[in-house]
Amino acid sequence: MSTGDYSDEVPVYAPPPEGHVSHSRLERVLRAGRFAVTAELNPPDSADPSDVFEAAQPLGEVADAINATDASGANCHMSSIGISALLTRAGYSTVYQISCRDRNRIAIQGDVLGAAAMGVSNVLCLTGDGVGVGDQPGAKPVFDFDSLTLLRTIRTMRDQGMFLSGRKITRPPQMFLGAAENPCIPPHDWRPERLAKKVEAGAEFIQTNYIYDIPLFEKFMARVRDLGLDKKVYILPGVGPLASAKAARWMRSNVPGIHVPDALIDRMEKAEKPGAEGKKICIELIQQIREIKGVAGVHVMAYRREHQVSEIILESGVLEGRQPRRRSERR
Amino acid sequence: MYRIRLFAIRHSGVFEWIYQRVEGVMVALDPVFAKIGYNRVERPIALLEQGVKSVLFDCKMCGQCALSSTGMSCPMNCPKELRNGPCGGVRPGNYCEVKPWMKCVWAAAWDGSTRMKGGQKIREVLPPVDRSLKGSSSWLRVSREKAAKLREAREAARTAVAEAFPEARAIEPAVAPLAEEPASAVNREVLKK
Repeated sequence: MSTGDYSDEVPVYAPPPEGHVSHSRLERVLRAGRFAVTAELNPPDSADPSDVFEAAQPLGEVADAINATDASGANCHMSSIGISALLTRAGYSTVYQISCRDRNRIAIQGDVLGAAAMGVSNVLCLTGDGVGVGDQPGAKPVFDFDSLTLLRTIRTMRDQGMFLSGRKITRPPQMFLGAAENPCIPPHDWRPERLAKKVEAGAEFIQTNYIYDIPLFEKFMARVRDLGLDKKVYILPGVGPLASAKAARWMRSNVPGIHVPDALIDRMEKAEKPGAEGKKICIELIQQIREIKGVAGVHVMAYRREHQVSEIILESGVLEGRQPRRRSERR
Repeated sequence: MYRIRLFAIRHSGVFEWIYQRVEGVMVALDPVFAKIGYNRVERPIALLEQGVKSVLFDCKMCGQCALSSTGMSCPMNCPKELRNGPCGGVRPGNYCEVKPWMKCVWAAAWDGSTRMKGGQKIREVLPPVDRSLKGSSSWLRVSREKAAKLREAREAARTAVAEAFPEARAIEPAVAPLAEEPASAVNREVLKK
């Protein structure tokens, strides 16, 4: 399928399959009890759709869904709704990320309908990083919603068929609802409790921020299981290959919400080929995470190391021979 | 004020108790407020509320106070104004992502909730803030809401009797009344027994 190959026909979306809330392939894989893989796409600083397809290419063969980030780290890139729409129409399954930092409730509810109309069926509700860490710190932070009120709003749109104003929606957006969690960041004791609130607000799957500290994550998961949350929500811990010890240190002190243990940085420092070591560590992390009860998949965020994603997933063996492919290739 | 705010969170149990008394007084004053007119008392009460709460909690007068459900830590002090925090950017030592010199408002909230009788309330998902209520009195809003709830409960009881005896009500309306009773028509002595 070429990038300009759009038909003029109005797409027809049948109701979601029995027991599902959406058409999402990710939802199907998770409900079938398979170990799901999602991967984050590095959004282009360009208006060229072929840049999006090029970035998606190395992820598509191993990922059940590709995450389109919404100006993560408050840095401006192509919008998540644009990327999600392009990729969805090319047969990829996408996770449309919405951050509360840049848009108010009027814009967000409209965007959700727009995305659903273009076939997008997964959404990840995020609070968003503060504007100060980004490339335009003088911007006005919006934060009209937080991630939980956003979740509950989209669930109301989907299940009650109305906007938050009570006005009716003639065709509700059928979206599989996701939220983030950050288990390795303080206040550690309250992270599982807040996860419970996210489930209460409407979250059906969770993608976490980077997990580099397995003991800390295990402690989090133990509490999650005590609260019975692993039965109510699909949890996909976040992983990613480190590029070098220097990059890891920079990330730890400059990107909000990332915890990398010193031991891991030491290991990177001693490695002869840091790139290969980062990949090896990532594979080990995936294999360890997979053994933890209550984990439903893994979310790979390989910023600027997208070329490693497919090898990491294949070498980790988590797909068990499964081949997530885009729809157009299956025909 | 930052220090007083932290003090209030450390003593959230005491402030919770005080808050409940204030609320009780406000609800009891509903007939008075209704008589003077809620519209007329709005400004003076809002000013009083702002004076007290900005000293104690760094209150931002959002008009939709949820202190009793947020460990007595005002969520509007969160730079992201989260109503259901904390976010994923909290720094080591529970410091704020956006204002690194400040303790995370929501880490403090969860901590404060552990010292409160109604601490479990923090587990409820709070709705987004209605920005059009900014600057108005939350106390009067609670007073109106609670008084309305009490009226509704009384009305429901009357309706039940009227519905159970429709024939009697048709011939003798006073035996199963539906209309709102004025305060002086209710015999308080009987209610006390």
